[in-house]
Amino acid sequence: METNQTKRDVYIVDGTRTPFLKAKGKPGPFSASDLAINAGRELLGRQRFSPQDLHEVVIGCVMPSPDEANIARVIALRLGCGKSVPAFTVQRNCASGMQALDSAFKDIADGKHELVLAGGTEAMSRAPLLFNQGMVNWLAGLSSAKGLPAKLKQWATFRPGFLAPVISLLRGLNDPIVNLSMGQTAENLAYKFGITREEMDVYSLESHRRLAAAQDNHYFPELLPTYDYYGNCFEADDGVRRDSSLEKLAALKPIFDKKFGSVTAGNSSQVSDGAALLILASKDAVKKYKLPVIARIVDTEWAGVDPAEMGLGPVYSTTKLMQRCNLTREDIDYWEINEAFAAQVLACLSAWEDESYCKQFLGLNKAFGRIDPSRLNVEGGAVALGHPVGASGARIVLTLVQILKRKQANRGVATICIGGGQGGAMLIENVSEVIA
Amino acid sequence: MSKMQTYKHWRIESSVDEILWVYFDKQNASANTIDKEVMEEFSLIIDVLSGDKNHKGAIIASGKKNGFIAGADIAQFSKFKDIDEAVSLLREGQAIFSKLEALRMPVVAMIEGFCVGGGLELALACHYRVAEDGPKTRLGLPEVNLGVHPGWGGTVRLPRLIGAPEAMNLILSGHTVTGKVAAKLGFVDAAVPKRHLVTAAKYYVLQHPKRHEATLLQNLTNAKGVRTVLAQYFRHTLRKKVSPLHYPSRFDVVANWERFGVRGEEPFEKEARSCGKLFFSDTAENLVRIFYLQERLKGLAKDTQFSPQHIHVIGAGTMGGDIAAWCAFQGFQVTLQDREAKMLAPAIKRAYKLCKDKLKEPYLIQKVMDRLTPDVEGYGMSRADVIIEAIYEDLTAKQELFKKAESLAKPEAILATNTSSIPLDEINTVLKNPGRLVGIHFFNPVAKMQLVEVVQGSRTDPSVANKAISFVRKLDKLPLPVKSSPGFLVNRILMPYLLEAVHLLDQGIPMTAIDKAMLEFGMPMGPITLADTVGLDICLSVAKHLQQYFPGTEIPQKLVTLVEQGKLGRKTGEGFYRYKKDGTQIKPSNVDYAKPLQDISERLVTCMLNEAFACLHEGVVTDADLIDAGMIFGTGFAPFRGGPMHYAKTLGIKENVEVPAI
Repeated sequence: METNQTKRDVYIVDGTRTPFLKAKGKPGPFSASDLAINAGRELLGRQRFSPQDLHEVVIGCVMPSPDEANIARVIALRLGCGKSVPAFTVQRNCASGMQALDSAFKDIADGKHELVLAGGTEAMSRAPLLFNQGMVNWLAGLSSAKGLPAKLKQWATFRPGFLAPVISLLRGLNDPIVNLSMGQTAENLAYKFGITREEMDVYSLESHRRLAAAQDNHYFPELLPTYDYYGNCFEADDGVRRDSSLEKLAALKPIFDKKFGSVTAGNSSQVSDGAALLILASKDAVKKYKLPVIARIVDTEWAGVDPAEMGLGPVYSTTKLMQRCNLTREDIDYWEINEAFAAQVLACLSAWEDESYCKQFLGLNKAFGRIDPSRLNVEGGAVALGHPVGASGARIVLTLVQILKRKQANRGVATICIGGGQGGAMLIENVSEVIA
Repeated sequence: MSKMQTYKHWRIESSVDEILWVYFDKQNASANTIDKEVMEEFSLIIDVLSGDKNHKGAIIASGKKNGFIAGADIAQFSKFKDIDEAVSLLREGQAIFSKLEALRMPVVAMIEGFCVGGGLELALACHYRVAEDGPKTRLGLPEVNLGVHPGWGGTVRLPRLIGAPEAMNLILSGHTVTGKVAAKLGFVDAAVPKRHLVTAAKYYVLQHPKRHEATLLQNLTNAKGVRTVLAQYFRHTLRKKVSPLHYPSRFDVVANWERFGVRGEEPFEKEARSCGKLFFSDTAENLVRIFYLQERLKGLAKDTQFSPQHIHVIGAGTMGGDIAAWCAFQGFQVTLQDREAKMLAPAIKRAYKLCKDKLKEPYLIQKVMDRLTPDVEGYGMSRADVIIEAIYEDLTAKQELFKKAESLAKPEAILATNTSSIPLDEINTVLKNPGRLVGIHFFNPVAKMQLVEVVQGSRTDPSVANKAISFVRKLDKLPLPVKSSPGFLVNRILMPYLLEAVHLLDQGIPMTAIDKAMLEFGMPMGPITLADTVGLDICLSVAKHLQQYFPGTEIPQKLVTLVEQGKLGRKTGEGFYRYKKDGTQIKPSNVDYAKPLQDISERLVTCMLNEAFACLHEGVVTDADLIDAGMIFGTGFAPFRGGPMHYAKTLGIKENVEVPAI
């Protein structure tokens, strides 16, 4: 199944993540780099190589704080990788974490690197409030006003409206090209594929149920306790609602298209903080350090779609990926489709089941087919877990790896939709040893 | 141009910008200290500067890599024949510095690294001072720590330069400050990063701007009437910390300043005379002796090559957590293991508090915190160079743990236990190589207590013990090598003293009287308060443990009762005393006690001395000096008395004596 004979195999050696912590309306306990440190310290601490042996650190992050310029480098140095290990940050919106894996994957496959730390992190709760343009101009005027009279004159031009902050998180979740919020693009998909409010809520309830069951079964070996400086440790994803019900979900009001819409806070992914990190290695590195391996990254693919239907990104990127690898739907044992919105996941499934859609837009000669719900997001998804945008792309790959292991399955696809109208997909193979 | 003479300890160079560079580079020494010969040469150099017409000014700098001047050479203290000789030497030094101050050409002290005691006094006599702004540069007048006070004009020039309150604060506390703080206080003209140090020094020589002067208000603090009022205040604050009987030098500084101020010749003369006299006081002799004891501990295992990078600590309780935090603070990579994440969280919190108290800059705090990794799974065990066990006192548990540690640890890693009671030879029986186990016994609170007992079992490999000693030095603590015997040294000697204090309480002597008696003796804390602070449950368990080995140990009923009632001392809000929420003691109403307090202190100290003699005979430590060092640095035993064994010697006690009755 080698897609390109000149490329080298790339293995996942290990991976960890922090619990995903729901944003509670104020800045959370961790910055994006703090989260990555909590996930990365133990990850690197339990390897047979030292952090200085890494060849690169690649981190996806959408909105690092002003103190975290090139956050990958900040994280590398804080993790003790030393001055000589280079690091760069990637930003591909909701797929930044997957882009980081892809960048590391390519450099290893091309023979440039042997050992790379890659993943994503996001502290959405700490997205800053910004001054609006009026305030910025007024402040600029004040600082250039010389002398008391000029300053007083400038003060006189102050208007209360200048104090209205720009909420960077909301701006970030708004598409500037089509001027739609991400939730509104989900409303578009619901309309296009006839997905009802009830279907969305049923799907969401199931996501919570699955996550709760996985927690009760003590799955998530990749999850590390995360410590703040004030005596608290966070050990579990806290977005899960065990007391949720269809009635409760039905009572929620639509938040993007008010009044007549159907996308609610309950059937959308949660705003969260979290980080997920993986160690990727070449065959040579695996041999050199006698590393255990948990999976192989076979291939990745990206696709562009209409920004107003950005939620269909997984359909396009995955279909392309499967075509290139000569695989059909039946060849894939488990699926992770990131749950940006319940409507968006359901729309992807509908598109694949729709023969005319598949023929017209995906270049298939028949419907891609129905993905068995029991093989999709089997431990819940971002609706229950949260969607720290920079981290999710790496998180779903790590989750998928663990599921393939637990189910002793062979192959899986992790795919994610991207604000701005893109999709990313990664094909993973369950391996336990490197075949010489 | 005058002929450049060569000197033993100094070097003069001329640079193209017409500046004379005077480098202090003491012969055959790693650090610059001032002694008679150094001063004589310096005097000649000042004469050269005074006659020089070809240069615009001079910069005094260190020729050493580490530091400017570490102060006067302490070894010469003991060489003075009598007070007169000491005073006349001080006068000579003062005269040389005054000659320096009177030079017409501008002289700048360029300070990098430590600049303390006589070194700072020299700098203060220069016209300008520039200091490097970095963590290694420290300035201060720590003479009071040796029972004397500055004697080369420091007590006069500093208050004159920056006003009395700040100057007295610095002199009376003996603290050192960074270049930045010194610049803020005004006794350094500029604190700059190393990259600008030479530029800054040259600037002051070439531009010679107006010299720093005290502000109007600061000048006022040195005025006659004001001095009387302020001196009252200084003495009042001092008395809260030290007694004039035990530590007279601080009070002499205040008295001289109050009477003679900071102008004219007289304050200098009084400074020299009072300092000369202090050299011959018991306090100074004992404090100098302690200085050497400290140097001795610092010099232990100096030749041992051991450079650990990673420390793994098992047990995140008070001791384990704080040990881990201290190791991270001192620059080590640390993993801290306990059974569950929630047991680690409080230790992380305490580590953060330590960092916040010690470091101001958030980025430095983050650096330390990033080095401390919570490690539930114990991954650090196989990477560590030192593994420190600090779990509960249970032989089987410790044995299990060390068996596992031995199988996982790197072969060259040392295995250490922080046990305070279990003999090493019982723990190490499970090891394939029992020689690997050593005790590294910290005291609570870890960040504050200087002493660490390095415990050797009969099978401990001496090279492992030396590695442990060298590691303790790298933690900036004082290692005390002790034999693994019950209670080791410090707890063993302390316990009879504490228990006897409680016995006295049982006999009806008020606890305030007992504590007061020992405070007056010179202990930093009364024994009853100390027991409350240590925790009565801890005291009881140590006492019970010692009782197994020393059947004569009687455990006072009062102690047992309080522990049963859950009154464990400061930590539970009540022990012998009661405590407010913030831990401050609620003063009990004063109970009259008519008999002399000295009877109490004599009795309690005798208990301690007898146990100390026993330790010496049993060879718990190799000599009496180490007992003194252990008790002073481990418990704060009245330093001006020179330690228990030295104190016994001054009393003429050489053997066990009967405990005097009250």
